[in-house]
Amino acid sequence: MKKLTVALFTGLLSMSLVAQEYFPKNDGVKEKNTNYTAFTNATVYVSPTKKINNGTLLIQDGKVVASGKSVSIPKNSVIIDLEGKYIYPSFIDPYTNFGIEKPKRAEGQGRSPEYGASREGFYWNDHIMPERNSMERFKYDKKNAEEFRAAGFGTLNTHTMDGIARGTGVLVALNDDDGDAARIIEDESGQYFSFEKSVTSRQSYPTSLMGAMALLRQMHWDADWYEKGNVDTKDRSLEALIENKNLISFFEAGSKDNNLRADKIGDQFNIQYVIVGGGQEYELIEDIKATNASYIIPINFPDAYDVSDPYAAKYLTLEQMRAWNQAPMNPKTLADNGVPFALTTFELKKPAEFKDKLNRAFEYGFDKTKALEALTTVPARLLGATDKLGTLEPGKHANFLITSGDIFDKKTTLYENWVQGNKYVVNTKDQKDIRGNYALSAGGKTYDVKISGDVAKPKAKVSMGDVEYPAKLEYSDNWVTLSFTDEKTNQVFRTTGIVPRDGSNFSGRLLLPDGAETQYTATRTGGETETEDDKDSTAKKPELMPITYPNVGYGYDAKPRQQDMLFKNATVWTGEDAGTLANTDVLVKDGKIVEIGQNLRARGATEIDASGKHLTAGIIDEHSHIAALSINEAGHNSSAEVTIEDVVDPEDINIYRNLAGGVTSIQILHGSANPIGGRSAIIKLKWGEGADDLIYDNSPKFIKFALGENVKQSNWESYSRFPQTRMGVEQVFVNYFNRAKEYDQKKKSGKPLRYDEEMEVVAEILNGERFISCHSYVQSEINMLMKVAEQFDFNVNTFTHILEGYKVADKMKEHGVGGSTFSDWWAYKYEVNDAIPYNAAIMAKAGVVTAINSDDAEMSRRLNQEAAKTVKYGGMSEEEAWKMVTINPAKLLHLDTRVGSIKEGKDADLVLWSDHPLSVYAKPEKTMIEGTVYFDLEKDKMLRQKIKEERNKLEKMMLDEKNGGGKTREPKGKDKQYFHCETIN
Amino acid sequence: MRKLKYIAICFWALTSGLLNAQQTPAPEQTSPITIKGATAHIGNGSVIENSTIVFQNGTITAIGGPEVATQGTLINAQGKHVYPGIIAPTKSLGLVEVNAVRASDDQDELGDVIPHVRSLIAYNAESKVVESMRPNGVLIGQITPQGGRISGTSSIVQFDAWNWEDAALKTDDGIHLNWPNSFRRGRWWMGEDRGWKPNKEYSAQIDELKTYMVNAMAYGNGANSSNNQGFKAMQGLFDGSKKLYMYANGEKEIIDAVTVAKESGVKNVVIVGGYEAHKIIPFLKQNNIPVLVGQPHALPNAEDDDYDLPYKLPKILAEGGLLVGIQNQDMSNFQTRNLPFYAGHLVSQGMDKEKALQLITGNSAKILGIDQEYGTLENGKSATLFISEGDALDMRTNQLTHAFIDGRDISLETHQTELWKRYSEKYGQ
Repeated sequence: MKKLTVALFTGLLSMSLVAQEYFPKNDGVKEKNTNYTAFTNATVYVSPTKKINNGTLLIQDGKVVASGKSVSIPKNSVIIDLEGKYIYPSFIDPYTNFGIEKPKRAEGQGRSPEYGASREGFYWNDHIMPERNSMERFKYDKKNAEEFRAAGFGTLNTHTMDGIARGTGVLVALNDDDGDAARIIEDESGQYFSFEKSVTSRQSYPTSLMGAMALLRQMHWDADWYEKGNVDTKDRSLEALIENKNLISFFEAGSKDNNLRADKIGDQFNIQYVIVGGGQEYELIEDIKATNASYIIPINFPDAYDVSDPYAAKYLTLEQMRAWNQAPMNPKTLADNGVPFALTTFELKKPAEFKDKLNRAFEYGFDKTKALEALTTVPARLLGATDKLGTLEPGKHANFLITSGDIFDKKTTLYENWVQGNKYVVNTKDQKDIRGNYALSAGGKTYDVKISGDVAKPKAKVSMGDVEYPAKLEYSDNWVTLSFTDEKTNQVFRTTGIVPRDGSNFSGRLLLPDGAETQYTATRTGGETETEDDKDSTAKKPELMPITYPNVGYGYDAKPRQQDMLFKNATVWTGEDAGTLANTDVLVKDGKIVEIGQNLRARGATEIDASGKHLTAGIIDEHSHIAALSINEAGHNSSAEVTIEDVVDPEDINIYRNLAGGVTSIQILHGSANPIGGRSAIIKLKWGEGADDLIYDNSPKFIKFALGENVKQSNWESYSRFPQTRMGVEQVFVNYFNRAKEYDQKKKSGKPLRYDEEMEVVAEILNGERFISCHSYVQSEINMLMKVAEQFDFNVNTFTHILEGYKVADKMKEHGVGGSTFSDWWAYKYEVNDAIPYNAAIMAKAGVVTAINSDDAEMSRRLNQEAAKTVKYGGMSEEEAWKMVTINPAKLLHLDTRVGSIKEGKDADLVLWSDHPLSVYAKPEKTMIEGTVYFDLEKDKMLRQKIKEERNKLEKMMLDEKNGGGKTREPKGKDKQYFHCETIN
Repeated sequence: MRKLKYIAICFWALTSGLLNAQQTPAPEQTSPITIKGATAHIGNGSVIENSTIVFQNGTITAIGGPEVATQGTLINAQGKHVYPGIIAPTKSLGLVEVNAVRASDDQDELGDVIPHVRSLIAYNAESKVVESMRPNGVLIGQITPQGGRISGTSSIVQFDAWNWEDAALKTDDGIHLNWPNSFRRGRWWMGEDRGWKPNKEYSAQIDELKTYMVNAMAYGNGANSSNNQGFKAMQGLFDGSKKLYMYANGEKEIIDAVTVAKESGVKNVVIVGGYEAHKIIPFLKQNNIPVLVGQPHALPNAEDDDYDLPYKLPKILAEGGLLVGIQNQDMSNFQTRNLPFYAGHLVSQGMDKEKALQLITGNSAKILGIDQEYGTLENGKSATLFISEGDALDMRTNQLTHAFIDGRDISLETHQTELWKRYSEKYGQ
């Protein structure tokens, strides 16, 4: 009952403060309160960098009137003396879903994917919802508001966290009392985007990150076309996007690499997103800085893993353990590098965690002024609300905190959080600090009572001599209620008493276990003793593990550097007409092969004795799916608009493992989920470099096509997508090529045209600018694609897999297409029933440029052995066999003038082998790209040792964390997936 | 030139039989055969240069140097190499023809604990995948049911037979048990991520197995009115007539598996997989447990593991004094023809060639319990062997000219060689 009256009272009071003057009032009479409130004698942070000692804050009608040293206080002011206390602008969280119900997941109907949109009158893809107005879904959540206020937040930005284009958001003050009319600061606080699909629709497209990127691009192209009035029908999604284009755009990228991906899309369309990062920006800080974007940074630093079970610890990678050690340095690193950023509670389980996490960042050296900026002025700026929020300058919302001291000090208590002039008590500031030691005497006995902990919610320990009595303490409105239990007799003693305004002792009534009542007195015997919590705060900052390149196991301390090298007395497999040369030297300078011969002079290069060893060009894998975050965009039967270049993953350990197998270049192909797949990324395995630096300069342009069982979805339950037969596959191609031709003609004619990324790419094929590598198995379909290509006057470049190539080798030769095949795979699908290991040899002998590829992260690291199988199966010469994994794939990839053989002028992409490279007994000792050694057997040994030591160290640190009472979580392996053609992710 | 002629003859001889799925099994050996001049790789770690091997009625009757007298047909194998037939443990060859075609798949029966399910009666002696083993020297296999907790009962067969009865070398030789893992992968199809997380049911799963074993043992102790096929199938484990193949990779799992099996009265235990067996070599030695280790052509299980851990693991175990064979259970059946190259790969890790060969011949025979007759080239053993032009562990030189199973001169042709010849001929290659 009491509670209710209080609530009613505050309600009435505040209503009179901010009432809407043109609203009628029938439950009373209209009255105005124009009084001021003055907070005096406080340390006032007007802004993070403007601190006023002994200052005054004057507010009226929910706004700041004045703040500073000498503020004249009007007579009609209520004065609150804050002697010894601090005032700060309250925090702003720019990225929450406060007050917005989580959208419901769409129910599935059957197992077949859904390809169409479920809406009418909107964009063709359900995951694009720029028209969604979160204000319409917003419902102020008092309970959650209280939690945020307790963590120091006064203003939240919120939106519906669902979908790729998510519509507009709401900026709201945590004002419980005055209704949306007052608390909504902006009802369209920005537009929101992400790479994540909406849960409200089961529309299949996009199934991948690269698909989401392509979709965002196409959405912008379509909006542009729509805006120019070229569309007769109504699209409410695009209309909203166009209408809102001047709003601030927020992009939830969520990881360091995705930050760059989001920024790249923005650059293309002249949008500078405010990027919501992932917390590992410190690993890529140079690139992050180069985006020139402002960031919103979560601080959900990972908890330590519980590694007490050594069998369990093995499931953790060094990368995961390092993240625990390194992530708290993120805010400091961003600040040190001048990247503008706000902090957010996003990704935390509850706002209450915020303080602890932020403290962790301070332990890692994060500057406190920067922190205050990241919580006040920066978010205000990012939200375009500097005129209203962020500081306590006149005219701004009276959103501020009253604290017992420095706001980021662990011991500081947050007393009050004022929002728009309304007072919300977090901890009462008028209550006395009773922490300390007492002697409690009652009934002739004296107990020791120690009160410690949080000033507002202290804890008590009761003891007598060696005996401890488990105790419970409640303290509010200056009433102390303490109960403690004698565990021996299971008797409970209960006390209650009021703390006097003056003096340090208190007394009251004690209820004995037998029900008898008596008096007690607690006499203060000393100050507060140090508690465990306090010890924790003095804990030393943990030793920081160095960042490596990449920042995973086997990463290098520094990026490997180019060297000039002279290989002496090697057996050199040139892969050229020169053949294999015994006792030959090869000189490498500035990343190129400059000289091949005998008795070469080093000319300053490091000499490497290669006698007894074999030197070859690096292996090239025409068909790989490593080093990518996604492989298939399976949502449509054509996905020419996507490109693997968007999703290269430079941290995949398989890059290193491939290097250890002598591989230097790979084509990361799109998978075989659809007849027209996506564009390739052709990369060099420069372990330690960033994604974009792996991709070839002036890379030849390739696209994956596919035929047969995968594209007709034969081997899983899916019956709703065209094509379901090989007959249909042809029709998809003919249709696309016809459309692309029309598109291209229209484009060339100069007529206005809706930019269609998919058509652009298909037209490149017709124009001979982009090459097809086509997944293929049986002879009928192979022949078909050649005929379709001939009909459209271009050549298929490569058939990959091509297991029945031997049946149409003559036709392939005539068409001029190459083949890239497995050495000996078969029997896994019906269409490989006639696959034979002699395939490569027959094709090669028929004059087809033939390569051996992997399509597999394991096989790719021993492609030399796979090439050797062509000697066994079909009697290839060793030289020709070797070409199948070097110069031949280079030819197929149009890279043969740059790599693939040992020739003067070519890139020094080389492998030094312990033995004959086609022998099963050989292993690479050094693998280099452009004269930089990326794998070295000796260095590998050192890396192993380092990994072992670092893992041990981190495990020990995590054990200490656990033993010290820190939070831990169960070990959990990394979410890692190996891709093949068929992988739908 | 000789080769061309040979190809042409073969081609002519085979065109009529092109549609047949399988080569005709070879007839019984009727007269003695002598292989002379080859380097004989015995399969027990030793080698005989310039050897003579005589066999009749399917059995090796003499083996030695040039001094051994020739009998019957002479095969001049000067400069060539002779090896015992390679043995493929734990495979489902002949139980599945095309992985993606459900109708051709008989390797995994419904049910979790089904020791009584027998592979032999489903073994397709005419499988095209099986015949493709022979040209690489793989002549014997342990045909094994897959999946579930106790997958069923395997049998050992040879790869040139009219039917499963002909093929059987050792019927119902072992029971295969997939030991639970103390960690499990996230169920990504239910929206979890794929990472490994603790398997909360691990203890309960072990308990279920223990209960089953105890019951199986009890069943065997008394006169039973009920007829429990599962318990019946288990009896061989307790009397030593069957082996228990326990598939486990983790250190903890291996220790648990061996401990439970021993406590349950299982006489012969083989660990299959053993990715972390190198960490507990003394334990395995002490319990006399052989390991059928995974093939070296595999990725390391953990990101931070040595890139070459799978390459060298068999070597580490063998050098530690364990009885080690190689299996490739987790690969497609067609890959089994690469067994010789798995052994070859160990040589790049510094293992002796003859010792590497042992891991796919002599040791495997011992582990499977067929070493009385198979696995090595020794007097009195079956003449199951092959002749290669060169080093059979290296893909370039693994070129078979002859292969014999129990002295029968088997065909080295396959569906695949037929297609090769047919199309080479088409292009005049």
